[in-house]
Amino acid sequence: MRAETDIGPPDLDPNHYWPLLRYLDKAGAAIAPLSEALDGRDRLIPLYHAMVLTRTFDQKAVSLQRTGRLGTYASSLGQEAVSVGVGASMNKDDVLLPAFRDHGAMLWRGVTMVEILQYWSGDERGCDFAGPREDFPVAIPVASQAPHTVGVAMAFQLRRQKRVAVCILGDGATSKGDFYEAINACGVWSLPAVFVINNNQWAISEPTRMQTAAPTLAQKAVAAGIAGSRADGNDVVAVRDAVSRAVEEARAGRPQVVEALTYRLGDHTTADDARRYRDDAEVSARWQEEPILRLRNYLVGRGWWTKADEEALIRDIRAQVDAAVEAYLAMPPQEPAAMFDYLYETLPPSLAEQRRLAEDGDG
Amino acid sequence: MAEITLVEAVAMAQARAMQDDPSVLVLGEDVGKDGGVFRATEGLLARFGPERVRDTPLAEGLIAGMSVGLAAQGFRPVAEIQFMGFVYPAVDQIVNHASRLRNRTRGRLSCPMVLRMPMGTGIKAPEHHSESMEAMFAHMPGLRVVIPSSPSKAYGLLLAAIRDPDPVIFLEPTRLYRAVKEEVEDDGEAAELDRCFVLREGTDITLVTWGAMTRETLAAADALALDGIHAEVIDVATIKPLDEETILASVGKTGRCVIVHEAALTGGFGGEIAARLADKGLLSLTAPVRRVAGWDTVMPLPRMEDMYLPSVARILRAARETVNYQ
Repeated sequence: MRAETDIGPPDLDPNHYWPLLRYLDKAGAAIAPLSEALDGRDRLIPLYHAMVLTRTFDQKAVSLQRTGRLGTYASSLGQEAVSVGVGASMNKDDVLLPAFRDHGAMLWRGVTMVEILQYWSGDERGCDFAGPREDFPVAIPVASQAPHTVGVAMAFQLRRQKRVAVCILGDGATSKGDFYEAINACGVWSLPAVFVINNNQWAISEPTRMQTAAPTLAQKAVAAGIAGSRADGNDVVAVRDAVSRAVEEARAGRPQVVEALTYRLGDHTTADDARRYRDDAEVSARWQEEPILRLRNYLVGRGWWTKADEEALIRDIRAQVDAAVEAYLAMPPQEPAAMFDYLYETLPPSLAEQRRLAEDGDG
Repeated sequence: MAEITLVEAVAMAQARAMQDDPSVLVLGEDVGKDGGVFRATEGLLARFGPERVRDTPLAEGLIAGMSVGLAAQGFRPVAEIQFMGFVYPAVDQIVNHASRLRNRTRGRLSCPMVLRMPMGTGIKAPEHHSESMEAMFAHMPGLRVVIPSSPSKAYGLLLAAIRDPDPVIFLEPTRLYRAVKEEVEDDGEAAELDRCFVLREGTDITLVTWGAMTRETLAAADALALDGIHAEVIDVATIKPLDEETILASVGKTGRCVIVHEAALTGGFGGEIAARLADKGLLSLTAPVRRVAGWDTVMPLPRMEDMYLPSVARILRAARETVNYQ
């Protein structure tokens, strides 16, 4: 086990200090015994459902974009275990501060598919979540949600609430000062905050080795005086275990960094073509590690999942996604005045004239 | 009622707001024991304790970003940036989040925060401590940008800013921090945001200014009065959103306008006011609108700062040329 107080020599071995937590191997066989808290049909099948839903939704979103019915979209293909695992590790009244590729966590927490589609179609109403009212909308400027996490966690601490602020960031985000400033401040104030690094190994065209010489991203927590850990981000059992423990530690005033090591199987967004900078062979190899098949193999191996279950699930999820798409496409567009109506609580008189011009179609 | 300086009024307004509303927090670098490098948070730690008066790590992006998080959670953070020259790392949070959180969530989350900072030159401070970048903030939709010009305005406008449901950039003219004393009653009365104040009524020319330049502008108005020229002096106070009615009404009366600001001329906020006059007040003008501003140079180091700052003589020259325009 990692010794937090024993930082070791400069040539420290990351695998010793930040071992990669893993329960299921690539083929879905348990390499370590799953505790009662992690195992079981009732615990794992909802995670499986959520990951399949996330992927099906993602594929539909990409196809909507390709056919001109959605704007630029960031697929989470291959990273469903990170996103769903984070969502499943939080309490309902915790607050999520996501990056832009965390559809699985958002869906788990009750953001609807319609809202996500609306946002990526270019409609602000998609950030007015009917479900988790205090969750932050996606952060587009990379790592900019990390300082917000400090403020949300401080609000919980000031109110003596046992709630946790959970921030998800990418590997590229750890190169930014925002990330360090945030984890550093959380350390100073012992804030109830968790920073989950979705290390999908590519920040658009830059692999992790171009972001940092640090062998792990989890070890960046050391400089902030807080705990860091690593989990196999394609093993939802490991993600759930690592993040759940981190969330409970944070709830007790010990902020945490968790690096979930996964792989971006798709393009950065629908506006990207990863073949310009990444070998197909690398991607094909990574398909052997993807998280959904891994969990399905485990469930099948335990006798908890059958072909009929799978077919029924696919049918059910397709129907859900199709219904969401239908509802999304039927949403009436916003009126031009909406640009003005949420700028301030009360529109200043000096803007009323512009609002009138916009309403008159003086675009 | 005591006579106090502008910086004391800033501290008094924060104390009043904290006393009236437990959701008001003060945070920033050295705001606790030190009471702020200018003493603008003097006494707050002793009175309200370290939870509500929080010294932060030295990280401006963090200060602005955590304020966004606190505000979204219903607190009212009043954050200090030590000098305007150090605000730039925080600008990402201001323009990408604070100013648009209400809009991008269609009102679900909002950002009632105040970011205070000293602005401007005139105290012989080191490099990077003397710039006036109010126009940069005025260009950002969703913000309020407020600049007090006296101790009583600082008290009233800061109270209003803290109580405002949207983000406010509150720029305190460093040169005025201790320049004058004024009787200010700690009555909890906020001043009105989003409106200009007419500091002096006149009929011959309108001098429009804000912040520390109100001093030189009023001095110029005094000098003009000796020549029988009655200048109306307007303190814009809230440059965004701009109260154009007050300015248009004044220029409608005088037909002449000189705009005075400390910030560099090009892209300065005076250009916006001049454009509004051209758009809506052209026919009442009897002379071209003039601007007296800082040079379009890098802010000089202190030994030359007096040569940068618009002088009373420069304002007078522009005003006289405007009045005599044929």
